[in-house]
Amino acid sequence: MMSRILPHPLLTLLLVVVWQMLVNYISLGTLVFGLILGIIIPLVTAPYWPDRARLKSPAMIVEFLLVVLWDIVVANLVVARTILFTRNKDMRPTWITVPLDLKTPEAITVLAGTITMTPGTVSSDISADGRSLLVHCLDAPDPDAVRNDIKQRYERRLKEIFE
Amino acid sequence: MEIWQEIIVAAFLVIAGIFGIVGSYGLIKLPDPMTRLHAPTKATTLGVGGALIASMLYFVFTTGFFSFHELMITLFLFITAPITAHFIAKANLHTNVDRSQVSPTGSERPWAGFESDAAREIAESRGAPDK
Repeated sequence: MMSRILPHPLLTLLLVVVWQMLVNYISLGTLVFGLILGIIIPLVTAPYWPDRARLKSPAMIVEFLLVVLWDIVVANLVVARTILFTRNKDMRPTWITVPLDLKTPEAITVLAGTITMTPGTVSSDISADGRSLLVHCLDAPDPDAVRNDIKQRYERRLKEIFE
Repeated sequence: MEIWQEIIVAAFLVIAGIFGIVGSYGLIKLPDPMTRLHAPTKATTLGVGGALIASMLYFVFTTGFFSFHELMITLFLFITAPITAHFIAKANLHTNVDRSQVSPTGSERPWAGFESDAAREIAESRGAPDK
């Protein structure tokens, strides 16, 4: 019964919080309207979410976010230097293959998004069997180091969060 | 606003401007579509991020209230920007990229964008896991 009304409790919670942040103040009216949205939207979009995403260790999300934010700042500086001071013919754009240990689609999506948001790498495709990710690097003299970084810093933490 | 508050807000705006302009310059300077794709990811992270932090601090300093709208902009950007980049990369893989240059998948099936519908049906009818 409960899972019929609330197929995705986490999504409902997220929608309520997002609605509060969008109206920018909390009152009973906004809370009730947020709850209405939080119940209707998961019900309507339920066909697109066949499985319920599970979070194994939510505390790890904070650590993951901090690591990603720090990496974004560092990578921005590195890519700015590459754009400004490296001549085009000295640049080594490469494709790398990142073999995936992650299995759940949600975790792979978050990993691919994270790779794209950190400057210098863009995730471009997933293999047909879903076991590896195609990543394009702007300037990677050492492709193995980039791959190890992605696996060590992001994938290991995502695996703890989702699986 | 106090003078030090104005300096902090201005500093974040300048940082945002610098990364915005470097990202835009990258769009002109970089040689091919795949490398050019890297420039906007810079502009949307530190470029927009800096402006949002400046805006958040400005409202805290002037009104004393914390504004959540900047956090929402960040959230929506972080959801939509990778998807757009993924679309562009995939369209580019289809049309411009020399497929022999792309690194191999490491398994017997190709990248999802390179596999024909017929090949996918055969592979899936053999019971190969698709996740």
